[in-house]
Amino acid sequence: MDLNYSAEEITFRDMVRGWLRENLPVELREKVVGYDHFTRDELLAWHRILAGQGWIAPAWPQEWGGTGWNAVQRYIFEEECGYVGAPPLVPFGLMMCGPVLVRFGTPQQKAHFLPRIYQGDDFWCQGYSEPGSGSDLASLKTRAVRNGEHYVVTGQKTWTTLAHYADWIFCLVRTGAADQKKQEGISFLLIDMKTPGITVRPLMLMDGGHEVNEVFFDDVKVPVTNRVHDEGAGWTVAKFLLSHERMNTARIGTSRRELERLKDYAARQTVDGRPLIEDPRFRDKLTRLEVELTALSITNLRFLDQLRGGRPPGAEISMLKIRGTEIQQMLTELMMQAAGPLAQPFAAVGEAPDFDLFTAGLAPRYANFRKTSIYAGSNEIQRNIIAKLSLGL
Amino acid sequence: MNFDYNEEQQLLAESVRRFLARDYTFEARKQIVASESGMSDSIWATFTQISLLAVTLPEDAGGFGGGAVDLMATMESIGEALVVEPFLPTVGLGAKLVQLAGSEAQKSELLPKVAEGAMKLAFACTEEQSRYDLARVSVSARREGSGYVIEGGKRIVLGGAVADRFIVSARSAGDTADREGVSLFLVAADAPGVTRTNYRTLDGTRACDVRFNNVRVAAEAMLGPEGAALPAIEAAVDFATALLCAEAVGAMKFANDTTLEYLKARKQFGVPIGAFQALQHRMVDMFIACEQSRSMAALACTRVDTETDPVERALAVSAAKIKIADSCRLVSQESVQLHGGMGMTEELKVSHTFRRLTMIAQQFGDADHHLARYASLSAGQNSRGR
Repeated sequence: MDLNYSAEEITFRDMVRGWLRENLPVELREKVVGYDHFTRDELLAWHRILAGQGWIAPAWPQEWGGTGWNAVQRYIFEEECGYVGAPPLVPFGLMMCGPVLVRFGTPQQKAHFLPRIYQGDDFWCQGYSEPGSGSDLASLKTRAVRNGEHYVVTGQKTWTTLAHYADWIFCLVRTGAADQKKQEGISFLLIDMKTPGITVRPLMLMDGGHEVNEVFFDDVKVPVTNRVHDEGAGWTVAKFLLSHERMNTARIGTSRRELERLKDYAARQTVDGRPLIEDPRFRDKLTRLEVELTALSITNLRFLDQLRGGRPPGAEISMLKIRGTEIQQMLTELMMQAAGPLAQPFAAVGEAPDFDLFTAGLAPRYANFRKTSIYAGSNEIQRNIIAKLSLGL
Repeated sequence: MNFDYNEEQQLLAESVRRFLARDYTFEARKQIVASESGMSDSIWATFTQISLLAVTLPEDAGGFGGGAVDLMATMESIGEALVVEPFLPTVGLGAKLVQLAGSEAQKSELLPKVAEGAMKLAFACTEEQSRYDLARVSVSARREGSGYVIEGGKRIVLGGAVADRFIVSARSAGDTADREGVSLFLVAADAPGVTRTNYRTLDGTRACDVRFNNVRVAAEAMLGPEGAALPAIEAAVDFATALLCAEAVGAMKFANDTTLEYLKARKQFGVPIGAFQALQHRMVDMFIACEQSRSMAALACTRVDTETDPVERALAVSAAKIKIADSCRLVSQESVQLHGGMGMTEELKVSHTFRRLTMIAQQFGDADHHLARYASLSAGQNSRGR
């Protein structure tokens, strides 16, 4: 047994690291490190730099621009990007719609959409959750009624991340009869956000940020050619996509960077006149978190090794999402705790040139990160998946 | 043994509860938080009318001579309604410091005004490097002529944005962390050399940072004995912490009630999500956390009222704050999680309660601070042979 990367993998890692050092714009990295929100243009700027290098969609087939990297190389790339502080890549086109089209799309759909996703010409969002259908996604109610060469879509999606930036949305809609089994009669549609009848309404989160939206569909005409896979086969597509979503949730590189950040910050705060990082109570919490992260990272490597060896892991991969998000949450919580009483200010009132924006961002960030155990299949649902599929309960 | 409130306590709690239910709705609170001053003068006037501000003030100042226990149920209502007006900073900290350390002249000047709603106080003690340590004071008070000159900066002064008068802890002798050498001064908020930076805190209240630049005060501005103010500071902060614990219970109670309602109403997979045992058990743990917090709030409030040994008092308050900080964390995190995405939104009150509970867990010392204080005080007791 050998838990280390091979010489080739280390060479690959150093190559990626060197390229990132040269090509990640300082101002984008500073926004990541400063916990800033990204505009659409900033997100796309980084997207296009990676596209120019040919690295924007490593997992895609090479004919559509994939890099041909194996699972371990792809992991190394993602973790290096996270660790160095590269902006997040919006997953809806690259990691969701793209792979769906590769797997289920018609030749025309592939030829039209895949290059545009690759180049960042279209900004995508995901139309899954509805007010009455969160964890129980298959109960969704948004209807698409066939009318000649179109579907007419009526209903509402919610928690639609970055819908206010998006050009396109992929949606699960109900095309079947009401008496069908709920997983049957669902179809997967690609909808242009500029189509008449679509309204986007922001849902403000408790940290004051605008990330998610409600999207309303009122008699929206969608060409039948924008349906992916067969009518009524949407659940097959959804299941394929959900398993994809769970592969990218550990965020180990990002957490490693945040852990170093936390140590550095705690070394500069004082308790009883000594650095907080020397306080045994705080240090123990920090150490436990570091051990959790090490355990997750090695578990992740084990899954990758299985994947590379042609024995892909099953539903237990959900543990990456559960522990990965718990670690991210704990990192934000300990940053807030490290600031102590200074974490209370939120927003200046009136003239306040000295207002410390960074420290004021720590508690809102902690509040914001509560979402990570809720989104992309809540951690309760992930546990259900392991219980049912891995443990047979 | 008797855990019941007496008739007067019940009457006060009931009138506060009724008033807040009518005039301090979630919508009304939103407007207050967004307003220029971040508080409502008319709410403050009602606090005055129903004698809320006078409950713990001495009788000769127009008060009722009550203690923390007399405000327990009221603090719960304040926690449930997420009141942002500076009640605790003015009554729990400011007026309490005047009562504990002030001269007769200072008491008779200030306390009747507090009772009448005409004077808001704020205790400026936290500093950039002090964390939760009340003795770590670097703001200096230098004797000059017959008075003093105050120099330095204070952070996170709760209620400071609207305070008329600051009570400032300043060092008149000794090194930064010495227990001896800390004095208290009354400083008008508009005194020359005082500048404040106001802000909204995560939970929607207002606080400020204050800079004291060569601020001259008369000898009569000193509150309590020179260089020996720490015992009064600790007693006042323990008193305020006990009240904060009671407030936390009210906020937790709301979070639990609304989460329970959601578990019963929200349907997924054809059943209310409360039918799932995995969620039931978590709801039960939240319920237990709230009940245990209620017990510890009662312990803290009764001890600050009756305990004459400061060590015993501090042990009870720290024990309560440890339990309450842990419970605030559990209840706030779980109430959001069990609400799913809705719990994350600005439009649901539970996300505001989350923020208040997050702040309460840290105010006047987080769990780690009180663990350290409790451990060190009880070790001291053991070495004295108890």
